[in-house]
Amino acid sequence: MSRLSKGDSGLKSTRESRREGRWFYFFISPWLIGFIAFALIPVLASLYYSFTEYDIIHTPEFIGFGNYNELFHDDLFWNSIKVTLKYTFISVPLTLILSLFFAILINQKIPFRGFLRTAMYFPSMISGVAMALLWFWVFNPQAGLFNYFLSWFGIDTINWFLDEKYAMWALIIMSFWGMGGGMLIFLAGLQGVPQSLLEAAKLDGAGRLRTFWNVTLPLISPVFLFQLIIGLIDSFQVFTQAYTITQGGPNYSTWFYVFNIYINAFKNFRYGYASAMSWILLLAVMAITFVIMKMSNRYVYYEGGRER
Amino acid sequence: MSELMIGQRQTPKRKKIKLDIPRIVGFIILIAVTIAMIMPLWFMLSTSLKTTKEMLAYPPSFIPEHFAWGNFKELFVNSEIKFGQQYKNSVIVAVLTVIGTVFSSSFVAFGFARYRAKLAPFLFMLLLSTLMLPYPAIMIPQFLLFTKLGLHDSLLPLVLPAFFASAYMVFLLKQFFSSLPNELYDAGRIDGCREFRLYWNLTLPLSGPVIATVAIFSFIWSWNDLLAPVLYLDSQENFTLPIGMAAMLSSKFRIAPWNLMMAASLLSVLPVVALFALAQRRFVQGIVLTGIK
Repeated sequence: MSRLSKGDSGLKSTRESRREGRWFYFFISPWLIGFIAFALIPVLASLYYSFTEYDIIHTPEFIGFGNYNELFHDDLFWNSIKVTLKYTFISVPLTLILSLFFAILINQKIPFRGFLRTAMYFPSMISGVAMALLWFWVFNPQAGLFNYFLSWFGIDTINWFLDEKYAMWALIIMSFWGMGGGMLIFLAGLQGVPQSLLEAAKLDGAGRLRTFWNVTLPLISPVFLFQLIIGLIDSFQVFTQAYTITQGGPNYSTWFYVFNIYINAFKNFRYGYASAMSWILLLAVMAITFVIMKMSNRYVYYEGGRER
Repeated sequence: MSELMIGQRQTPKRKKIKLDIPRIVGFIILIAVTIAMIMPLWFMLSTSLKTTKEMLAYPPSFIPEHFAWGNFKELFVNSEIKFGQQYKNSVIVAVLTVIGTVFSSSFVAFGFARYRAKLAPFLFMLLLSTLMLPYPAIMIPQFLLFTKLGLHDSLLPLVLPAFFASAYMVFLLKQFFSSLPNELYDAGRIDGCREFRLYWNLTLPLSGPVIATVAIFSFIWSWNDLLAPVLYLDSQENFTLPIGMAAMLSSKFRIAPWNLMMAASLLSVLPVVALFALAQRRFVQGIVLTGIK
């Protein structure tokens, strides 16, 4: 990046680098301003609010650890954690494995490859509320597609989103539908595996499974890690499905964490209490990212070794 | 392939004919799953063209008896729904978000890619660390700030942050800008370009593809966003599409108008599908680079 030629005198290069520094700050200023206004101050403000009772009309009243103490005894709060973790621990690994599995299938020499890839990816484009509405309708107990499909196998009507035993499973099934994006990412990773290594493994007499386990998987482990982190962070923040379809019900079985924050802040007007939950979410996301990165040092392979 | 074949001349034909059972099973699974993945889409399309009576019939029909094109018209005519207005709001928000994100993020990325400063590595780490900052962790103070500025029930809070660069996009653009050769900038300087023109007249025109990726994905993010609009928008005229569509479920209708909702969903994903069709390569590349799905 250096544009200074080596022969420059110290004096000139100091002036030069000061000038360069000024341009640096000039160009990054939009981000710096935005960072301070829309990230740094809000994070600190929400820390402050988390120690107060605040309803926007009255001035914030400092109550120390009152909110955190109350959270500790709040069944709904613990329930929201349970719900979110249940969804996360089932949906994220399964989606990851399924998308890898189908990426492998598509990565072979098969007919209609391009078409199949597009068809598998296509549903991922229907996301957000459109997807939630569609699946609400697909899981409709009377006229929906899913129960009709199950009836072919003699399975009785299931009340999916109206039944607390099934609502969460309906959301999990729904999440598989969006695996196309992950599949494309894995596919790119698989295509980056050098053909020569696969040939070498074959010559050494390794079968398909062994080649996958000992050659392909280590090589795509960074992709796996990347998707795992993004998947976890995303699923900690599930909101659209709860807001659109279930409203957290039935009987709080889909009362997700962020939905709980939303209700406390914007329906119950307890901004301080909700801020405490926000901060716990922030810490959880940081902790999980940190832990995975640490663990990955042992399991993830980086080409060309690790920078130290 | 066994060792016996070494030494023989090529036997390409026999290799191809040999039945590869796992591959065939895999192919069949793939076809079955693809059909299963496409079925809900078909259900969406067919429901959007059904009359209310047919929509509620069991078993569900796969092709509507009478194509009820009126459903689409109803979306725009029915004053309970205000679909047209909400579509317009979503377009306004998404387009402004794209413009803001593209210009501010490329501007910032240019700074990070081309200039050195003592704090630059630290600031870049700071930028990367905001990638994992969850919106719910900062939404309450942001909401209180914009509300105090009198911007409640306005589209402005949804658009404004886009003009201060998005960390994801800065990262993406910086990678690309750093790969441009220094000689290019030396040549630009010799030709008398000032710093801003190096960004505007030299870097941007060379960055079409990556800018397209940024534009596509900032559009989709904004287009699908539900949480922020839910916080800020109160009146139906100001709703963006996602809230408007979610609100159609509420009890104003005697029977939940699934056909109308499917028609609305269909129209709402149209721009995304169009972007995919127009720029499939950029699209796929964007997914791979950013992990946005």
